[in-house]
Amino acid sequence: MDTRTELPFEIRDYLRLDRMPHFLCPGCGHGIALRALLNAVHELGIDRDDLAVVSGIGCSGRLSAYIDANTVHATHGRPLAFATGLKLARPDLHVVVITGDGDCLAIGGNHLIHACRRNLDLTCLMLNNEVYGMTGGQASPTTAAARYTTTTPLGNHEPVFDACKLAEGAGASFVGREVTLQAPALKNLIREAIAHPGFAFVEVMSDCTEIYGRKNELGSSPEMVLRQKHDVRPESYGNAVERPFRPGPWRTGVLAKNERAEFGAAYRAHCRAHHGGGPGDV
Amino acid sequence: MNAVVRPRNLQGNRACALAAIEAGCRFYGGYPITPSSEIAECMAAELPRVDGVFVQMEDEIASMGAVVGASIGGVKAMTATSGPGFSLKQENLGYAAAAEVPCVIVNVMRGGPSTGLPTRPAQGDVMQARWGTHGDHPVIVLTPASVMEIHAETRRAFELAERYRVPVVLLYDEVLGHLVETVAAPADAGASATRRFASGPADAYQPYRPGADGIPDMARPGDGYRTHTTGLIHDEDGFPTQAPARVGAVMARLLGKLDAHRDAIERAECVDCGDAEVVVVAYGITARAAARAVAEARARGIRAGLFRPITLWPFAERAFAAATRGARRIVVAELNAGQLALEIERLAGRERVGRLNRLDGEPLAPAAVLAAIADAAGATGER
Repeated sequence: MDTRTELPFEIRDYLRLDRMPHFLCPGCGHGIALRALLNAVHELGIDRDDLAVVSGIGCSGRLSAYIDANTVHATHGRPLAFATGLKLARPDLHVVVITGDGDCLAIGGNHLIHACRRNLDLTCLMLNNEVYGMTGGQASPTTAAARYTTTTPLGNHEPVFDACKLAEGAGASFVGREVTLQAPALKNLIREAIAHPGFAFVEVMSDCTEIYGRKNELGSSPEMVLRQKHDVRPESYGNAVERPFRPGPWRTGVLAKNERAEFGAAYRAHCRAHHGGGPGDV
Repeated sequence: MNAVVRPRNLQGNRACALAAIEAGCRFYGGYPITPSSEIAECMAAELPRVDGVFVQMEDEIASMGAVVGASIGGVKAMTATSGPGFSLKQENLGYAAAAEVPCVIVNVMRGGPSTGLPTRPAQGDVMQARWGTHGDHPVIVLTPASVMEIHAETRRAFELAERYRVPVVLLYDEVLGHLVETVAAPADAGASATRRFASGPADAYQPYRPGADGIPDMARPGDGYRTHTTGLIHDEDGFPTQAPARVGAVMARLLGKLDAHRDAIERAECVDCGDAEVVVVAYGITARAAARAVAEARARGIRAGLFRPITLWPFAERAFAAATRGARRIVVAELNAGQLALEIERLAGRERVGRLNRLDGEPLAPAAVLAAIADAAGATGER
């Protein structure tokens, strides 16, 4: 146990301060997600030496470099594949994946659905800012209808992925969603996701103010996240509250949770049952 | 170590899998593809016996990604594939080269391009094995010519991967993959090279600062070093840099890191090259036809020899120069349209080099190689 976890949460304790200043734009929601993750790690008492963070490519992918842990900045769309190998080889590590909507749902979509199916003990944070920010603002699978991006100059005409429904349908044993404006709720959700023994998928509804927001005249970052807050329906509200929903509607909170067998432990138990765990006659 | 060597009759692909386990491989990320699938099947059965992990991933890309992830975790890791899958693995193979993550990739070659000839042998991936991923990068490619040698070179692949922190490609063809021959090697013939893990104070550790041999020690997650691994060009601290002076320096080390070790990496066999007028260059299954052809040529009074690279890349230039110093003609025999021939022409000069190629999904027969030797000997004016 890291002794610092007995102290109040100080984000500096979990950051590589020599990597600062970070490169995120003013108003970007990714920093709030990063803070929520590190706060959750702190509350769970996870030693940084035993934490591995694997990220993909894009704005979200750069976050791993700021975290003072074992960090891997993988190839585009493949952090779940890297993390699957790492966690299977090293079940003693806590492995968290940070990915984006393009990284996770477009180029990496196949890895997501099979990670959900396997139910290996990984925590996958998908930071959804509805756009490819790093490459200059192209449309992603979560770009909302009619939104302008550099590759939807006439407004987006493509349907939107509901990542949480996808994850739940593919078998993820923990699925949750939260907006960055609800930072304490986001922290609690991530904490529950990491503690969950199995594949946990968390969609963080982030915002891209500089590129996406500007192009669509969505206003300042506070205006964007407030609009987001009003566009979602927290699970805790039940069905009593009617709100103007965006297509979805986007439910937040813990959306699915079950305790089915964790892949790595099940594999090892299966092998031990057949071979007694020792070297056999090769 | 076993004093008694019990010969085993093994299929080439099975010999590869068993040798990998003997070398300490404890992670296999696979995806089914002909004609390599027996390697995955054998690993699925055998790894659980040694507390290893076999996982069949959702695609070829994921299997390579999982191998890189497992190796970052400190575990020796391998995958196997064939042409179409080898194409899909290239990006993550390049990541392993750039981030210096040890791993072994087996490519059991079948006819290409594209889906090609899934069940037929070919040697069309010689250049892809060297240059398949984008950008300049180091790689080691081994090309065994028998089941016994598949066993030996698989073990060596892990030693080289771990010692030099580089992806090692084991390249052989469908015939060798499915050939059954006797392997007479002890199953526990000494420990394979183990990784040189970082030790000492964490605050003084630089993940990519080279040791005396030009190779950095590798940190094991959980040992307190908390390093960053990235496919971006990174400085000795592991973090991205775009400063031209630093990029130039780290690329120079990366691309040159095998140079000081070429004697240890390069391996080749020379048969009757000492006085040879005609030297055949052949590897893998083709080398076996060539060996027969060279013997028959000798019986007919033609001074022929065989140069057989076992390490394909980096190419054994010095051994090749010595083997062909007296040769007037060199014949490069291969199951492609002329790939290693390009390297041989570069080294020996185009005027000395002839090509013997076959692309119809059948191996080259000794008679074809013998005819090429006779032609070349005729061209030298000597019989």
